[in-house]
Amino acid sequence: MKKVYGSADEALEGLLHDGMFIAAGGFGLCGIPELLIDAVVKSGVKDLTIASNNCGVDGFGLGKLLDTRQIRKMISSYVGENAEFMRQYLSGELELEFNPQGTLAERMRAGGSGIPGFYTKTGVGTVIAEGKEVKNFDGQDYILERGIVADLSIVKAWKADDTGNLVFRKTARNFNPPAAMCGKICVAEVEEIVPRGSLDPDLIHLPGIYVHRIIQGQHEKRIEQRTTRKKETV
Amino acid sequence: MPQAAKGWDRNQMAARAAQELEDGMYVNLGIGIPTLVANYVGDKDITLQSENGMLGMGPFPYEGEEDPDLINAGKQTITELSRTSYFDSATSFGMIRGGKIAAAILGAMEVSEEGDLANWMIPGKLVKGMGGAMDLVAGVGRVIVVMDHTNKAGESKVLKACTLPLTGKAVVDRIITNLGVLDVVPGGLKIVELADGVSEDELRASTEATIV
Repeated sequence: MKKVYGSADEALEGLLHDGMFIAAGGFGLCGIPELLIDAVVKSGVKDLTIASNNCGVDGFGLGKLLDTRQIRKMISSYVGENAEFMRQYLSGELELEFNPQGTLAERMRAGGSGIPGFYTKTGVGTVIAEGKEVKNFDGQDYILERGIVADLSIVKAWKADDTGNLVFRKTARNFNPPAAMCGKICVAEVEEIVPRGSLDPDLIHLPGIYVHRIIQGQHEKRIEQRTTRKKETV
Repeated sequence: MPQAAKGWDRNQMAARAAQELEDGMYVNLGIGIPTLVANYVGDKDITLQSENGMLGMGPFPYEGEEDPDLINAGKQTITELSRTSYFDSATSFGMIRGGKIAAAILGAMEVSEEGDLANWMIPGKLVKGMGGAMDLVAGVGRVIVVMDHTNKAGESKVLKACTLPLTGKAVVDRIITNLGVLDVVPGGLKIVELADGVSEDELRASTEATIV
């Protein structure tokens, strides 16, 4: 089966519909599927629910989908870097479900692994526990969290082969593997598609079984907080 | 009353917090004063975790060597070390939730005498989210809070009960403030140490929580 597509638009063809649920990889602006986000913007699909740790920044990443009012609800752990997000949220245009970061990652991993729910002590005794089942194991309380299954996953990796095996680079891996796992369909954008056999099978980070469509493209890879130190002077 | 000048400054609090770390520990440092702790670990063999998917976090890069694929949980550009490993977010929080991280050093808005911690949300103000803080305080072996003892209005941040929404319930083990070091024990807080130039009466006067 052919997994390699010529462009982000082609790779998303037939996969988008209003009101759908999308899981997106990335942490901050690191390892986000820039090209696929742009293609979702271009498609005009709306009333989206998006599970992503963050929602980009104003005018970049998922922030672009806020500017065009295509998002109805976000499931995120941290959204502090985005003025338009706050404006839409405070005016009631945008729904927000906060998840603790590890709970969000595990909800994706679980959903992709056939686990409909799991118990965690994260959030016990906080607002996160409200309305959730509490169960005591060995003297400690845990809350029930649900696995996430998304209609579509969009992720970014460093390299892929044409069968969809993915390799990530440094901390750009982050939410991409769990986000990929939880989608009924996963589209990945990569910096380079390499010939089959040129990736070491022992060093594949995400097996191609999770990846249905792949595109290669140029990434801006914007830095959110550029921090440096001075060279020591002798 | 010039409360801010009393006791330890930010760097002294960070240096005191660094004394909590032991050779061989895997540790997660929060944003703010906790980040400074890394400057005071000396020759102890400490591995820093960044919850976005890295063990063995190195210092900021030299100018011109920033890598957009290499950031910490505060989204700052950083570097790797010879010991560094990378992993995905589910694995990262698996090691946090699973108690593999020995300690987290975090800032706080309020701490209660029962070890409740509030550091993610002020009702009516801009809500940014809890990020990984709830997972960290619920999961790691030991939670050490580093913060000023009082707020800008001079009111105690060490309370009988938190007034702000909680990050975790009964999760804090030790509190390090500009006035000293307190442990969460049955019945309240126990004074472990006083900061330089701070008397026990002064610490008690700035503490709303029960001191046992």
